[in-house]
Amino acid sequence: MQNPITITIDGKEVQVEDGTLLISAIREAVVDLPSLCYYKHIDPPLGTCRVCTVEVNGRHVASCTTLARNGMNVVVHDDPTLHDTRKAMVEMLFAEGNHFCPACEKSGDCDLQGMGYQLGVNVSRFPHLFVDRLIDYNPKRMVIEHNRCIRCRRCVDEVMSSDGKRVFSFANRGNDTEVAIDYEQEATLTETQAIHAMHICPTGAILVRGKSLARPFGDRKYDIGELADSQTVPIVFPEVRALKNGEKKVIATVSLAGCFGCHMSMLDLDLGILDLVELVEFNKSPLTDIKHFTKKVDVGIIEGGCCNSENVAVLREFRRKCDILVSIGECAIWGGLPAMRNTVPLKECLEEAYLHSFTSENEAAIIPNHEDIPKILDKVYACNEVVDIDYFIPGCPPSANHIWKVVKNILFDKEYSVLLSEFKYD
Amino acid sequence: MQPIQLARPQLLNAIWAMHDVKGFLDNNDIAQLAILFNTSAVEIDGVVSFYHFFHRQPSGKHTIYLNNSIVSELNGFEEVRQAFEKETGAALGKTDPTGTFGFYETSCIGLSDQEPAALIDFFPVTELTPQKVKTIVAKLRSGAPAATLCDEPKNNIRYTPGERTFILKEYTPGTALARLKDFEPMEVIQQVKDAGLMGMGGAFFPTGIKWEGCRRNVSNRKFVVCNADEGEPGTFKDRVLLNTMPGLVIEGMALGAYAVGASEGIIYLRAEYRWLKEKIEQTLEDFREKSWLGDHIPAKLPFSFDIRVQLGAGAYVCGEETALLNSLEGKRGEPRTRRYFPVERGYLNKPTLVNNVETFATAARILEAGAEKMRKLGTKDTPGNKLISISGDCAKPGIYEIEWGMRLGDLLALCEANDPNYVQVSGPSGVAVSMKERNRRICKEDLLCGGSFMVFDKSRDLLKILLNFSNFFKHESCGICTPCRAGNFILNRKLEKLQMGLGSLRDLVEIEDWGATIKQNSRCGLGQMSPNSVVDAIHKFPEYFDQRVDKSGSRLNRGFDMDAAVREYEEAVK
Ligand SMILES: Cc1cc2nc3c(=O)[nH]c(=O)nc-3n(C[C@H](O)[C@H](O)[C@H](O)COP(=O)(O)O)c2cc1C
Ligand code: SF4
Ligand code: SF4
Ligand code: SF4
Ligand code: FES
Repeated sequence: MQNPITITIDGKEVQVEDGTLLISAIREAVVDLPSLCYYKHIDPPLGTCRVCTVEVNGRHVASCTTLARNGMNVVVHDDPTLHDTRKAMVEMLFAEGNHFCPACEKSGDCDLQGMGYQLGVNVSRFPHLFVDRLIDYNPKRMVIEHNRCIRCRRCVDEVMSSDGKRVFSFANRGNDTEVAIDYEQEATLTETQAIHAMHICPTGAILVRGKSLARPFGDRKYDIGELADSQTVPIVFPEVRALKNGEKKVIATVSLAGCFGCHMSMLDLDLGILDLVELVEFNKSPLTDIKHFTKKVDVGIIEGGCCNSENVAVLREFRRKCDILVSIGECAIWGGLPAMRNTVPLKECLEEAYLHSFTSENEAAIIPNHEDIPKILDKVYACNEVVDIDYFIPGCPPSANHIWKVVKNILFDKEYSVLLSEFKYD
Repeated sequence: MQPIQLARPQLLNAIWAMHDVKGFLDNNDIAQLAILFNTSAVEIDGVVSFYHFFHRQPSGKHTIYLNNSIVSELNGFEEVRQAFEKETGAALGKTDPTGTFGFYETSCIGLSDQEPAALIDFFPVTELTPQKVKTIVAKLRSGAPAATLCDEPKNNIRYTPGERTFILKEYTPGTALARLKDFEPMEVIQQVKDAGLMGMGGAFFPTGIKWEGCRRNVSNRKFVVCNADEGEPGTFKDRVLLNTMPGLVIEGMALGAYAVGASEGIIYLRAEYRWLKEKIEQTLEDFREKSWLGDHIPAKLPFSFDIRVQLGAGAYVCGEETALLNSLEGKRGEPRTRRYFPVERGYLNKPTLVNNVETFATAARILEAGAEKMRKLGTKDTPGNKLISISGDCAKPGIYEIEWGMRLGDLLALCEANDPNYVQVSGPSGVAVSMKERNRRICKEDLLCGGSFMVFDKSRDLLKILLNFSNFFKHESCGICTPCRAGNFILNRKLEKLQMGLGSLRDLVEIEDWGATIKQNSRCGLGQMSPNSVVDAIHKFPEYFDQRVDKSGSRLNRGFDMDAAVREYEEAVK
């Protein structure tokens, strides 16, 4: 070191070179620190996502745009609210975009997802915005999926055509800010350059036609790695409500606007389900085919969001009858795949489905409606927009282990942790 | 043959020049600019789309921008909007079918003392009524140019403290500059320091320290930039200064340049004040004729300095100094990361002094009158006087030169606010104040004010005001960092929910939590201050919010409105 200086990281003094980027200094000191937009080849760093926020001398700063100076007092983990802050940034990005992970080419290799896993994002505290965004198929080689862009700016600063011109730029301002691609410049990119762009994009926003990103389940960036089966996800659960002791515990389940996949996943407990039946009693549930609540229930498990008036009525009834409600799966948590319609006006959806579709007969076609059938809501609502939800178990579907651990925790106050490999959005 | 190429800082002017011809840029124009600036079209488009006065679609032979700031909204925005739509045939955000008129809304245009106001072809029209709109549009139709129809905005200087007036007193051009014959640069800085001058653009950084910092950074080229972007809604003091004594501001810039060793100056003038550009340029010309600008400005040490005016193009964030520098460089007005101060690496990476209009004007007054004179005014921590722009529910909106330390209640009495309930101090980014705080003093020791002072009486709905502010931030965020771009949109949705009567206690708690997240983690001052007004208001007007939220603690979320949720379906199957 030419100009060593001393900084304090979480109370520990370390020596670094004067003017090192704080994020590098922290990582050199083997302290874990998440980051998203930071890409070590881009100088000066972008500082857009704010996921790398730490506290320096009492103020929050993005560690990727701050230079280490002698005597700095840096807090990374000692203050747990900082973890929550970084998590909030990631949750905002999820709420702001339209991230349908199960349908995304980058799923499993996506850094936004990876951040969500690492930080334990099981639900976004912010309601999803569902802004209609385009998919741009115009470029010769690429497809730009604006629903997934987190506006990190990597592509803008990093992707240049051979004569040094920018291929990407930001356009507009405020929440309309988006990346724009130059079709002319894009067409001059070599295949290697195009693939490079796809790879530096932390999300699935930049795709190259004919070049698949997809790797099989189990082989993807966030499936593998020695950590997946050892590292636990820092999920913050609410305090367990004390359940009355004595009798058998009662569970109810329901599938609202879901595909029954989460219920299937519950059945994946295999023999475990036999143990479960010993311990608990199922009330209203498709598993028992009991149609109506016959008693007060301890735990209600909800699959699917609310897409029609009946879903809302059922969910409200669950809230009234159950002490604890658990949203399982992406659909219940924030809408999931059915919420793909949320960026399109309902009228258009209905007309497309019932009036203008291939199979609708011209004269006879109507939008179904009758006093006996539920009314379709203007959009698919997350369950926690309609009632309070106590627990969230992400996944599409969630892993059986994860569900089982949570249920055991609620019923028997059993401590547990969730492994990275059990925590997925797809 | 090599095509002629232009340096990037000329981009904004090049766009303006093309834009002025037909009111928008088509793809051809963009392509041409890309060649001129040797860059890709998408980059040019990125710049064009950042600034809201640049259009990519025709914007009419006459382009009308109606101000949508809160003071306008409370003074008849809606009727005036309807009148414009009716008379021009152009719906808000569009042109009429013949392409004669384009009609748009825009954030505060610095005329809050005479709302509703609009810009027509960048000429101001004020105190609009439906009748006035009708007359104006008829005249435009009959071929009268906007320049002949516009109003000369009133200066509305309502109050100066007599003998103790410091800024708005009689101005004799050249007085401050003449002092340079006696002073070396460090002595100028010392005067400014002794006077205790602080930045008047809202951040209140000690001006002398900034000047000294800039002086210390050795460079072959340095710049002085006057921040005339005045975008904080409800602020119009810089407008009045530039309109009444542009020379004083120019003198202040020259002093700054002499002090820090700069020879090039730029006034970054917001496009909303384009109508002031000619006057400023004329004054610059007069100064050059008198050798007060140019190569041989009389001073103790050799001094040359000149100034040009750079027009902005509509973006509040460009008032933030590093965004302003990017804008000057012909880029999107995105704030820079805080790696260097402008006095270290500013415009073109050279040491740059950025100060507010009022700061320069006050600096000039300090050299005229002497530092001691200013020290005798104001309070210990905030010596001197301050220009306050008062608007809203009071009989006398306008400019008030007050001594720092004046009590809020006294200022309210001066402007004849009869029934004040809520004052927003320093604009939407500032502090919400209730009448329990009447006795607070306007000064650093208590309550600082950057210049905007908006008064609202009891008839005004708080949420309507807060929602107006929130819309402003959602729209004006530069969009580059997560908490400000996404967070302000999220808060905006929350406020809409509250306004629909669907809020709960939890929503109030969340606004506060999420507001803190946005505040602490945003990259620049815009995001850092954006949640201030709503968070303050929740604290200071608990009775108001109490009546508007569900406090039952029901676990069924009252925010979900079944009737609203099925309305579209019922429409579709009708
Ligand atoms: C969002 C934002 C907008 C700003 N707008 C202005 C402005 O319109 N005029 C101004 O002088 N300063 C504005 N500022 C403050 C400038 O960044 C800077 O502090 C000021 O120009 C420095 O000059 P001063 O020290 O003389 O006040 C703004 C700051 C922020 C964060
Ligand atoms: S995998 Fe990543 S980019 Fe794709 S939808 Fe999920 S979060 Fe978005
Ligand atoms: S396209 Fe990808 S790399 Fe570019 S800004 Fe969006 S998320 Fe970042
Ligand atoms: S805080 Fe807002 S205006 Fe400032 S850099 Fe971030 S997005 Fe841009
Ligand atoms: S990683 Fe530092 S701001 Fe994105």
